[in-house]
Amino acid sequence: MTTSNSLVYLIALPLLGATILLLAGRRADKWGHILGTLMPASSFAVGLYQLSLMLGRSAEERPVGQKLFEWISVGSFKVDAGLLLDQLSICFVLLITGVGTLIHIYSISYMSHDKDRRRFFAYLNLFIAAMLLLVLGDSYLNLYVGWEGVGLASYLLIGFWNQKPAYATASKKAFVMNRVGDMGLSFAIMIAFATVGTVSFAGIKEQVDQTSTGALTAIGIMLLVAAAGKSAQFPLQAWLGDAMAGPTPVSALIHAATMVTAGVYLITRSNFIFDAAPTAQLLVVIVGAITLLFGALIGTAKDDIKKALAASTMSQIGYMTLAAGLGPVGYAFAIMHLLTHGFFKAGMFLGAGSVMHGMNDQVNMRKYGALRKFMPITFVTFGLGYLAILGVPPFAGFYSKDMIIETAFNAGGIKGILLGSATLLGAGITAFYMSRVMILTFTGTKRWDEDAHPHESPWLMWLPMAILAIGSVSSGFLLSRGDALVNWLHPLFDHHEEHKHHLLQPIVVSGLALTMVAIGVAIAFFKYSRQEVAAIAPENVSVLTKIARQDLMQDRFNEAVFMRPGQQLTQVLVKTDEAVIDGTVRAVGQLAMSSSSLLRGVQSGFVRSYAALIFVGAALLIAGIWVVVQ
Amino acid sequence: MEFSSPVLNYTLLSPMLILLGGAIIGVLVEAFMSKALRPITQLSVTIGSLILALVQVWRIRNDQSLTAAMGSVVIDGPAVLMQASILIISLISILLIADAQQFTALAASLPGSEEERHALQSGNQVTEVYPLTLFAVAGMMLFPVSSDLITLFVALEVLSLPLYLMAGLSRRRRLASQEAALKYFLLGAFSSAFFLFGAAFLYGYSSSISFSGIRSAVVGGSGNDVFLLIGISFLSVGLLFKVGAVPFHAWSPDVYQGAPTPVTAFMAAATKIAAFGAMLRIYYTVFANAQWSWSPMLIIIAIITMVFGSLVAIAQRDVKRMLAYSSIAHAGFLLTGIIALNKAGLEASLFYLFAYGITTVGAFAVVTLVRDSAGEVTDLNRWKGLGKRSPWVAIAFATFLLSFAGIPLTSGFIGKFSIFSAAYESGATSVVIAGVLSSAVAAFFYIRVIVLMFFTDPVEDGTSVEIPSSLTSITVIFSMIVTIALGVFPAPILDFISNLATFIR
Repeated sequence: MTTSNSLVYLIALPLLGATILLLAGRRADKWGHILGTLMPASSFAVGLYQLSLMLGRSAEERPVGQKLFEWISVGSFKVDAGLLLDQLSICFVLLITGVGTLIHIYSISYMSHDKDRRRFFAYLNLFIAAMLLLVLGDSYLNLYVGWEGVGLASYLLIGFWNQKPAYATASKKAFVMNRVGDMGLSFAIMIAFATVGTVSFAGIKEQVDQTSTGALTAIGIMLLVAAAGKSAQFPLQAWLGDAMAGPTPVSALIHAATMVTAGVYLITRSNFIFDAAPTAQLLVVIVGAITLLFGALIGTAKDDIKKALAASTMSQIGYMTLAAGLGPVGYAFAIMHLLTHGFFKAGMFLGAGSVMHGMNDQVNMRKYGALRKFMPITFVTFGLGYLAILGVPPFAGFYSKDMIIETAFNAGGIKGILLGSATLLGAGITAFYMSRVMILTFTGTKRWDEDAHPHESPWLMWLPMAILAIGSVSSGFLLSRGDALVNWLHPLFDHHEEHKHHLLQPIVVSGLALTMVAIGVAIAFFKYSRQEVAAIAPENVSVLTKIARQDLMQDRFNEAVFMRPGQQLTQVLVKTDEAVIDGTVRAVGQLAMSSSSLLRGVQSGFVRSYAALIFVGAALLIAGIWVVVQ
Repeated sequence: MEFSSPVLNYTLLSPMLILLGGAIIGVLVEAFMSKALRPITQLSVTIGSLILALVQVWRIRNDQSLTAAMGSVVIDGPAVLMQASILIISLISILLIADAQQFTALAASLPGSEEERHALQSGNQVTEVYPLTLFAVAGMMLFPVSSDLITLFVALEVLSLPLYLMAGLSRRRRLASQEAALKYFLLGAFSSAFFLFGAAFLYGYSSSISFSGIRSAVVGGSGNDVFLLIGISFLSVGLLFKVGAVPFHAWSPDVYQGAPTPVTAFMAAATKIAAFGAMLRIYYTVFANAQWSWSPMLIIIAIITMVFGSLVAIAQRDVKRMLAYSSIAHAGFLLTGIIALNKAGLEASLFYLFAYGITTVGAFAVVTLVRDSAGEVTDLNRWKGLGKRSPWVAIAFATFLLSFAGIPLTSGFIGKFSIFSAAYESGATSVVIAGVLSSAVAAFFYIRVIVLMFFTDPVEDGTSVEIPSSLTSITVIFSMIVTIALGVFPAPILDFISNLATFIR
């Protein structure tokens, strides 16, 4: 493999930024945001440079590596801290640094009234560094460091306004639920080390053939748990809605475009494991299918614009997970949807932030309405993102989502039909709830609070939105033209079982999808545009709506299944601990204390007894040696 | 009788000569310079000599010689490492000693006398502690590089005599301080007698006072084994007294408590390096082939020392006494490095000595900061809630305690881990088991202090934390950085030690 010494700069630059901003303290308040924006921008430049180098090489020689230092060396267990930049990670590097830079620029203006803006930029830089480490690590252990790093940064940023107790709780919830996923990853690493004997990607890939399917399945399932935790997939999805407590740029960067897609990255990166463990792969598909419907349903009932978008994120990542679970044919489409989603969802979140900015931080869509005239740029950029997520040709989502629907149908047999139907249904519901967001926010009559004076946001905010909107329009076309992305990623995946049997022709799939979308839009139109929208959410609604408003009971479920029994278990454990373990410890301590007091008696303070002690000691020495020698 | 002039390698001896020169200049300054200028001059001379000596040690780091001083001094890798450690420890200790508040204004006056009061009021502080320190450091430097019994004994006395005096210099509780000094002196003299007696037996056994002569007699095995055994035993008594191993430890809690805290810091850290340095050289080179005779004895002493030190420390209510017993326990851990008798053991011991020395100075430096109107507060009950009142000082102390306890990410963990694994490799399993168990017991009382500082509500009794002087701050911060750095990135220093740690014979 080619080596390069410049990979480390990708990570080092934002890390340096975070360090400077945190250490410099208030002194950096004046220029902190500028430095904080320059760092990911320079990383982006390094990423582009690396891409240009990669394009100049033949497909097999494109991956580059860099060994940083020997990290752990205990017996036969050796891990080097090393970086790996290949066709897959470069996609993420450019997404993270590119979208990241835009969101930094947006935040300059969005956070300008916050006295802790410098700290905010420090955390953002920290996040970028950790996320880059996550996608650049060349072993699961290195990835794990980045994985924990983004978790930490996410926790800090969700709770950035932690003076509000609800926000602090939200960040804790996200942190704890992420821990469950993280345990999955650490178990996966331990199983990999115990059975395969290495934790590097290349090392495991080489030895997949010699490893038992059972072990691979176990690793795969644990990786899926990890991915579910980080990417808010069923059943670890409940934290994402609460994570919206963070400042909106955070939601755009971390909880839409990058961090939550880390699970998809993990599964795609581990393709050699899942390809050899069909059971685990099947579970991935199932989790993806459930989540895409689950998220979509929640999205229909949310009045909080950010929570509606969060539900949509959950659902869209469900699509990616499903695609990644379909094996070699699906990986590239998962990544393609991930990239296009990165553009349009980040753009829509920034749009939501712009709306909130103009509406005194109001998030309830029932208090919006008719904003189209007052915020034309936001309306247009948001609208382009909307068309992209719906999958209207020729916008980005059309290319990426249709591919996934098509691949799902072609998975074969009853499985294919079930998965295909789920994705189609999801597309319809998506069209409904996204249209609802559009209609409630931008059209209709004013339902504003009295002190609201909506206005367009400053250029520092709309410029990033506009650039992302361009991405929402064109990225799908560009990535799928001549199968560009599929061919680019092709060398990484194992294609030996490629057999395409078409259940449905692509044109049929597109037709079906568009029909579903049209139905969804129509329902939303009749329900929200034709009728007066209540400024306060109506109470006399169907049971289904009520359940959906409560996030499909996910918190109730967590409480009943995990929290209550968990609390009881901990109480029992605490009692056992007090009685048995503490009791033993106390007894040992008591014993030590009493022997200690006894031995203290030797220390009389008299020189004569000390001298006698020395004398006796010497005598015993001689006697002892005598015995030994005899 | 023909008399030939001695051939000395001045380059190799220069670190010790610089210190002795500095000490003599210090004596002259004390005698002739005006009182106002003395403290700053003394401090500069002392620090200057120490730094110069350290530079000189660095320059000779790759030299080896058995004949640096007519066969009486040997310079090799371990010698350089020990001397460098002693110098670095002395440097950070001297920054504590520079705090005149700790020392009596006029040591020659009777406690509580008119004379003493007059000296205090006039602000005329005598500064003989600086040349005394330099003499002691010179002795400590010579101790582990001596290669015959006479030089070894001279070095022992050169390092001990100034320490006896320094222990009696405390400004507060002078009677206790003088009592400590006298105890230390009497017991030191007593153990020196054992040492000399042992040396005489060794001469009787081998007809030689040089290490190489005794070594070849041991290898040849021709002499009278009874003489050898008595010689080893009595010599060991003298050395074990210096390191404070049980049952030759009784002086150390009293002296640690009575002596001025900066002196305690210096004594606890630097003396240990010197004494263990000499022990390592003697057991690894001279007596290596008689391992059958001394190994069981050292194993028993090591186990008793660790267990005794850790157990008795639990019941201590005075922070200085607690640290004294902790130092006894650590002497036991360090003895396992000698018992290992392999290269890994030597490397681990050298690392442990350095790391432990730095941490010890840091811990005592923190003790000097916790005061009330009558001076230092060493009663642990009055340290309650220190973490709430002075978080940084408490965090520093907690770091040192964690290192003493051998918690990972501190230098103490790396030291304990490497020294125990070296002993385990050599087959001394019983010591390792006892070591790990008593480490666990020891962790109890270290953690208890941490709990006391951070999780107990403070008592309102006027205990306050002195704003550290810049000199004390340097010591505390440096010790903290080294303690953590050696715990997180030990590889460079371990490699450095590993390259140098081979005794030449």
